[in-house]
Amino acid sequence: MKPQSRLARALIDRFQRDMPLEPRPFDAMARAVDSTPADVLATLGEMQETGTLSRIGAVVPPGVLGASTLAAMEVPEERLDEVADHVSTYAEVNHNYEREHALNLWFVVTAADRRGVDDVLARIERHTGLAVLDLPLERAYRIDLGFDVSWS
Amino acid sequence: MSATVVIDDLDRRLVRAMQAGLPLAPRPYHAVAEALGVAPGEVMARVKSLLAHGAIRRIGAVPNHYALGYRANGMTVWDVDDDAVDAAGGAVGALDFVTHCYRRPRRPPLWPYNLFAMVHGKDRAEVEDKAGRIALLLGGAARGRDILYSTRILKKTGLRLAG
Repeated sequence: MKPQSRLARALIDRFQRDMPLEPRPFDAMARAVDSTPADVLATLGEMQETGTLSRIGAVVPPGVLGASTLAAMEVPEERLDEVADHVSTYAEVNHNYEREHALNLWFVVTAADRRGVDDVLARIERHTGLAVLDLPLERAYRIDLGFDVSWS
Repeated sequence: MSATVVIDDLDRRLVRAMQAGLPLAPRPYHAVAEALGVAPGEVMARVKSLLAHGAIRRIGAVPNHYALGYRANGMTVWDVDDDAVDAAGGAVGALDFVTHCYRRPRRPPLWPYNLFAMVHGKDRAEVEDKAGRIALLLGGAARGRDILYSTRILKKTGLRLAG
């Protein structure tokens, strides 16, 4: 693991679940971790640049912004790059992972409504000649509530 | 959940912008307000209401688990009796190390699993240990299981700030 400054760790530990909702949130965060707004902003910026922080932003439950599904494909190894690149070109695709399984390509499709999702899945099937498994969310038992980081 | 939340077009643009990420500026909501062409007070009021109604679950500093040293990302999947899956999902979702837990349809014969629980670890042994704890909890309710490790992230973006 990359070395993290005390301030970087404190910001993740204290504010990954909730940050203050006020016009100057970084001022409030600085007070809470005994730092200055300038240092907080600089540290967050650095973490974003190095990739340890994916973003400061809202976590939105599925369904709020429209319809979505988890899709999976069984792609022949020699076509994986080509098919993955094609899938990633759609603006409606916002996560695309290779996984170790016969179903080796997994991605999330989000559109304004279910017809929009169906349309993207159909276009991918037409373009690639491969079947797309459609695994829409039926029930959520836990949605990204954050994660206790162990800073060993 | 969210199905009953009614949001208008401005809410939708605001949620998209907030999901993509707040600017690292002293007054980030002012910057969002400017980008959307509305008053800052309007943005603050709407964000409060979206949080209260669950259309935004939380606003926070979202870490990149991979960059923090959690190199193993395992999607653990389970085939649980339809009668038992909701109780099982509730129990698995309550485990502190499970970040996401969902029920999805089976697609036999290719895909026999209906319960998904996402687990992160510093290595695969840690993920397997955690999957073992889920297996213990599910007991005889789970007929089959697998762990799908991600080997490459091909695209991961928040939604863009759209007009």
